[in-house]
Amino acid sequence: MEILNQLRTHAAENLCEIKIWFRAAHISDFPENGGACIKYKDLQIAVFNFSRRNEWYACQNLCPHKMQMVLSRGMIGSTDGDPKIACPFHKKTFSLLNGQCLNGEEEKISVFPVKVEDGFIYIGFTK
Amino acid sequence: MTRIIVVGNGMVGLKFCEKLISRSADFEIIVYGEEPRPAYDRVHLSSFFSGSSAEDLLLTPYSWYESNKIKLLTGELVTSIDRNEKAVQTHSGRKDHYDILVLATGSSAFVPNIEGVERNGVFVYRTIEDLIQIRDYASKIKKAVVIGGGLLGLEAAKAMIDLRLETHVVEFAQRLMPRQVDDDGSAILVNKLQQLGIQVHINKSTSRIEGNGKLEGLTFSNGTSIDADMLVISAGIRPRDELAKNSGLNVHQRGGILVDDFMKTNDENIFAIGEAVCHNNMVYGLVAPGYEMAEVVVRQLVNDHIKPFKGFDMSTKLKLLGVDVGSFGDAFGETPGSIPIALKDNRNGVYKRVNISSDGKFLLGGILVGDAAQYHLFHQMVANKIPLPNQPESLIFGTSSKTDETSGVKNLPDSAQICSCENISKGDLVFQIAQSGVTTLDGLKKNTKACTGCGGCAPMVNDILKITLESLGHKVKKTLCEHFDYSRQELFGIIKVKELRTFNQVLDSHGRGDGCEVCKPAVASLLASIWNEPIMQQPTIQDTNDRYLANIQKGGSYSVVPRIAGGEITPDKLMAIGRIAQKYNLYTKITGGQRIDMFGARVDQLPSIWAELIEEGFESGHAYGKALRTVKSCVGSTWCRFGVQDSVAYAIFIENRYKGLRAPHKIKGAVSGCIRECAEAQSKDFGIIATEKGWNLYVCGNGGARPQHAKLLVNDVDMETCTKLIDRFLMFYIRTADPLTRTATWLNKMEGGLDYLREVIIDDKLGICDLLEKEMKELIEGYHCEWKKVVDDPELQKQFKHFINSDDTDPTLSFVEVREQKLPSNWNEMRDKNK
Repeated sequence: MEILNQLRTHAAENLCEIKIWFRAAHISDFPENGGACIKYKDLQIAVFNFSRRNEWYACQNLCPHKMQMVLSRGMIGSTDGDPKIACPFHKKTFSLLNGQCLNGEEEKISVFPVKVEDGFIYIGFTK
Repeated sequence: MTRIIVVGNGMVGLKFCEKLISRSADFEIIVYGEEPRPAYDRVHLSSFFSGSSAEDLLLTPYSWYESNKIKLLTGELVTSIDRNEKAVQTHSGRKDHYDILVLATGSSAFVPNIEGVERNGVFVYRTIEDLIQIRDYASKIKKAVVIGGGLLGLEAAKAMIDLRLETHVVEFAQRLMPRQVDDDGSAILVNKLQQLGIQVHINKSTSRIEGNGKLEGLTFSNGTSIDADMLVISAGIRPRDELAKNSGLNVHQRGGILVDDFMKTNDENIFAIGEAVCHNNMVYGLVAPGYEMAEVVVRQLVNDHIKPFKGFDMSTKLKLLGVDVGSFGDAFGETPGSIPIALKDNRNGVYKRVNISSDGKFLLGGILVGDAAQYHLFHQMVANKIPLPNQPESLIFGTSSKTDETSGVKNLPDSAQICSCENISKGDLVFQIAQSGVTTLDGLKKNTKACTGCGGCAPMVNDILKITLESLGHKVKKTLCEHFDYSRQELFGIIKVKELRTFNQVLDSHGRGDGCEVCKPAVASLLASIWNEPIMQQPTIQDTNDRYLANIQKGGSYSVVPRIAGGEITPDKLMAIGRIAQKYNLYTKITGGQRIDMFGARVDQLPSIWAELIEEGFESGHAYGKALRTVKSCVGSTWCRFGVQDSVAYAIFIENRYKGLRAPHKIKGAVSGCIRECAEAQSKDFGIIATEKGWNLYVCGNGGARPQHAKLLVNDVDMETCTKLIDRFLMFYIRTADPLTRTATWLNKMEGGLDYLREVIIDDKLGICDLLEKEMKELIEGYHCEWKKVVDDPELQKQFKHFINSDDTDPTLSFVEVREQKLPSNWNEMRDKNK
């Protein structure tokens, strides 16, 4: 799947592969305990603010189930403490640690590293 | 240190290594693999065509072998064994000494000897390399034929469909899956496959592959033929026994390295396992028996609980192209005297056959196609010789309701194997539950590893958990999810008494973790039902429709439904809707609830659409919420010559009374002006029907997947009494129902049923009617239009944007024009386009 491969080539396996830290938006632009979508080149990236744990996660905005650009509008949560996102369409859930689908056999989603500096959110890409 | 060489790095060879290193560190392990990459998941090979990459299919990465000190040599074909010197030699000339040799050489695709089989465009379906070649070739062609209608062949057919090719399956036998299902089962399967666009040709023996260089078609022995651009042969396997044979090891005349019950060949230092093996005249083409063989060898090597390989039950349950197929025990009724009982349902595409013993006491085996939900139960009944019920036909003709299944589990002996992947018996599970105090399925999975393989045993494990907990005196409690140990009803009380206003407060004081997509909307609904504060204050705990106050539709656009109480609307307002829909290019449709839905709005357009609607005197219709939707009405006594009361006026009054009311699920109402019931009030959560003397009130009906008529609560009451009873009824429902439970289901589950409901809300048996009325009054007085809250507050409007770092709209939104309006592009097509 072209669109998924395109995302995978941007997602880093480990931090030393990161070439670009893209300044996405200010912390205050994101809702608390929820997500928003940012645009990087032609990509749509869902960024999630886990305010309760003071953690940030990012993944592709595309839900692989029905190929919809909606994950950023989904509900965040956790399973056994691991952060996850539920797609708003059919509540398919995906781990934000490794992108695995947690309640089905959907494709793995790409996840991206996030860092916070001077109040801004940066997303790491390989290109 | 004993030096072990494993020849073959497939699924069984790898499993052998895993099992050995988990038991002992006293072995030096060297693995030779012929293929260029380490062991991959051959069972799910066809997922390569639905998006998995070769890397995704790897069972373990190279690093796993390294960190476990296993030396892995891929791309090295072992060509000979010097049994006297105890050494192997590879095609590159490498020589290696062993103390123990394990042959896990697997199998290759069986290629029948057909004229023309060497032509271009003919492939086998076996390795990732085969698949890469097939994929490359498929990009240039249209029509594929698969030879082989067995398990592997149908897997290959699925791959052809995933490659978007016209797909034909050719089977030599008179049915598909000849080893698993009979002719009738096959007929159902053929039907299902044809619905998926796969053409099936049975009883066809291919005599020649036509073409000139590359293939152009197949000719069958009966003279007929078929055109084809590509041929995939998946007609069975042949054990890879040539290495063993050339080294003087005994092999079966039809193929397969001969082994004894301990997987030993005729050389005591050489074992053989997996598909390469012939044990007791059987070659096993499945992975589970191979794993068992690996276990048998490992136990001998570490000298612990040594056991023989006793053959393997070939019962299987699988999902082929979305169709469930199960085959268990004596599937074809070959036991002397066995009696078959079969159900063939062409309408629903279901075939069930059970074979019972001649005395009618035991189940011997059977076949399930289209619905294999009973597979595990039946399989257990066979394996454990559970006595049949008096009418054994009830097994397949009766409804397979949940209660039957739990009683089935109850009768299983402790020795019954429940999880065949991890080899866990019922006794193991019961022991764990009693000892460790686990109360959840997830906990039990963690403790025992049950259900962690294929997951097929999960329903039985859950039933065993339930039964065991009940027998231990536990009350099985309905909790929301892993973050709350309370039921919805308990949380209602907690939130109210402790005056909790936000999800975070509720979670901090009475829950744990971060919440999830189950508890967040449930608590959001409770907070709305109790305090009626604007839900926009906590947008991220709302389901997406509530979060954006509109209904998300295919493609990611939203639909907007303004309230049209009772279905009554002025021409001016009708024109206003038309004008606004035209301006924003929205698709419009009349809904089933007598109002108008406007589809296709972008998320950033929503606030301005609402602003214009509000300007024209509309307000939110709450079509997005678990809330009161509509109160439908017939035209009633004002116009209708049959009408006995003014149903429109009453419907408008009621809809405005309860608008914005949030509940465990959506609520619909209706008012009919006479006994003819044109408003269909008896299919609603509450329905009111006019009589000569007043109104009849019906409750707890619904349409939907399981339609249920509403039940008569009271008759011939005046409007004031009727309204008061609806107040009490709805509030009692809001307080006590589980999340996402409609009133009909709520009543069905209520102990005492309708009589009890009457006792509570009419006779006031619990003394809560005043409270219910007071709570309802507060909710009604607290009503606000949620759209207006957003329109009036620029801060709230900020989240109505697709990107937060750009004003661009979502470039993937796409529409087509149909019947002079726009519709979203078909999402299956979109999905395929992206493939």
